[in-house]
Amino acid sequence: MIASKSWAGRSFDWINVLLLLCLAIVTLYPFYNIVITSFNDPTDAARGGITFWPRQLSIENYKMVFRDDNIIHAFGVTVARTLIGTATAVLFTGAFAYGVSKPELLGRRFFLMLAIVTMYFSGGIIPYYLVVAKYLHLKGHFLVYIIPNLFSVFNAILMLTFFRGLPKEMEESAKIDGANDLRIFFQLVLPVSKPVLATIALYNAVAHWNAWYDAMLFGNENLQTLQQILMQIISSNSNVSIIASSLGFGSVTAQSLKLATMVITTLPIVFVYPFVQKYFVQGVMIGSVKG
Amino acid sequence: MSSVPAKRSSLGRKFWTQRYLMLLTLPAVLWIIVFNYIPMYGIIIAFQDYTPFHGVIHSPWIGLDNFRELFNDPTFRESLSNTLVISIVKLVFGFPAPIFLALMLNELMFKRFKRIVQSLSYLPYFVSWVLVVGLMYTLLDPETGVVSKMLVHLHVIGSDTMLMGSEKSFLTLVVFTEIWKSIGWNSIIYLAAIAGVDPQLYEAATVDGANRFRRVWHITLPALKPTIIILLILSVGGLINSNFDQLYLMQNSMTQDAANVLSVYSYKTGLVSGRFSYATAIGLFQSVVAFVLMYAANYSSRKITKESLF
Repeated sequence: MIASKSWAGRSFDWINVLLLLCLAIVTLYPFYNIVITSFNDPTDAARGGITFWPRQLSIENYKMVFRDDNIIHAFGVTVARTLIGTATAVLFTGAFAYGVSKPELLGRRFFLMLAIVTMYFSGGIIPYYLVVAKYLHLKGHFLVYIIPNLFSVFNAILMLTFFRGLPKEMEESAKIDGANDLRIFFQLVLPVSKPVLATIALYNAVAHWNAWYDAMLFGNENLQTLQQILMQIISSNSNVSIIASSLGFGSVTAQSLKLATMVITTLPIVFVYPFVQKYFVQGVMIGSVKG
Repeated sequence: MSSVPAKRSSLGRKFWTQRYLMLLTLPAVLWIIVFNYIPMYGIIIAFQDYTPFHGVIHSPWIGLDNFRELFNDPTFRESLSNTLVISIVKLVFGFPAPIFLALMLNELMFKRFKRIVQSLSYLPYFVSWVLVVGLMYTLLDPETGVVSKMLVHLHVIGSDTMLMGSEKSFLTLVVFTEIWKSIGWNSIIYLAAIAGVDPQLYEAATVDGANRFRRVWHITLPALKPTIIILLILSVGGLINSNFDQLYLMQNSMTQDAANVLSVYSYKTGLVSGRFSYATAIGLFQSVVAFVLMYAANYSSRKITKESLF
């Protein structure tokens, strides 16, 4: 922007900087607060007043989390669904997008229309639940986290846009050399599509990592996810503290489990985030150009 | 190739040459039919007295009985009005927020600072609502919460106020956390539109003596207009849908009446109480209203601003 020389312009600049600084603090501080409180001795933390740094440094909360078999198991389930779910969804959605990116594909417009209509119309949660639980019998099976998440119209459109922009010559020369469409897709197209694959993989990974609703609907005690456990800790905690905190008994154990679990479930996102955010943003850009 | 049978076999041959392409495409087509179109067909149970034993095919038809019951159901009416109030307040405060953020970021002179604030502002979008609600309980705890303590200090609330357990503060918290979570992410699309403005326009305006506010008003905002209108049409279509994750997770024994929105009510009647048909009727009501709202928003936008989504 053009630098303002006037008094009004300069003061506007400083107010603007100040407001955005406030936004940065309001965004970041909640995360900072749970991190420092989680590293504080739990009994001491129950007194409150931990604002800028831990008062009594301790890793007791984390020890408690790592002694909890439910949480360890849920961690395993969440990692498994994130890795398997992401890899399969990228390939499955990508394969569709590649197919409909070919103008010669028979029924191309019809397939695309089938997909796009679902962005505006859906059967709603109950019929969906009945299909997954009653007709496909996926309830209580690990695959209920994988199969219903294999495809996303939005991601398919992002990939379709990317594939359309690839140079035709590369695939044509491979065809002359006798390669079929499967080989072209896996060995030629996928390797040059890393930017869009990374974007889609990240969207999927975040969704899998944060998922709790499908676990609540279709899971069982062996399929609990981290977010689901966290949700249970928070809601049991909140009902206890809201009803009983005035009586002066707060559950120290529940509080420390809550804080350390919150930090552990969020850490992967916060740590990976600075390195990958440009891919996320790319996704929005492609999407907005298309829309 | 000119005779009819040859033409037919050429279609077969074309399919055969595309067999690998079809192998890539058709699994997802099947997936879409199973996970999207069969549930759409399942909407018919809204007009049935569905029982799992009889299934979709054999459950008895009851016409509009579910809808008649719906409109006489006080809990449904309450959830409808909760939904609309929450959505409208979210729209009024939450819709302009990312536009303001984009304009403010664009006016920043320190590019490094701009990049840092921008990156930070997207972060909450990627954490789960479970975590956000956990943060709220932690920061707003009347005994230990930092934000609670600060508000007591500033005399905004009394010292024993449980913000998360009060119907009075519920709406404010719903709207604030929604904005907190999405403002940065939603500003990206506006920043992209601003980046597309020809810098010569700004220079010419400056030469003509336009100050900064005039440049924003006459150049930046008109450049954002199409984006704003399209997102506004989509938001109006979404007025009848509320954020299930947020409201379901924010409810507790003290706030469940305030958190009773259509999606939560439909979940509770359908999947908790097992009234599948009644809950599907609620879902169908939502879809129809959403479609009408979006159509109306699109129509009026086309008449007033000449811009429209479809």
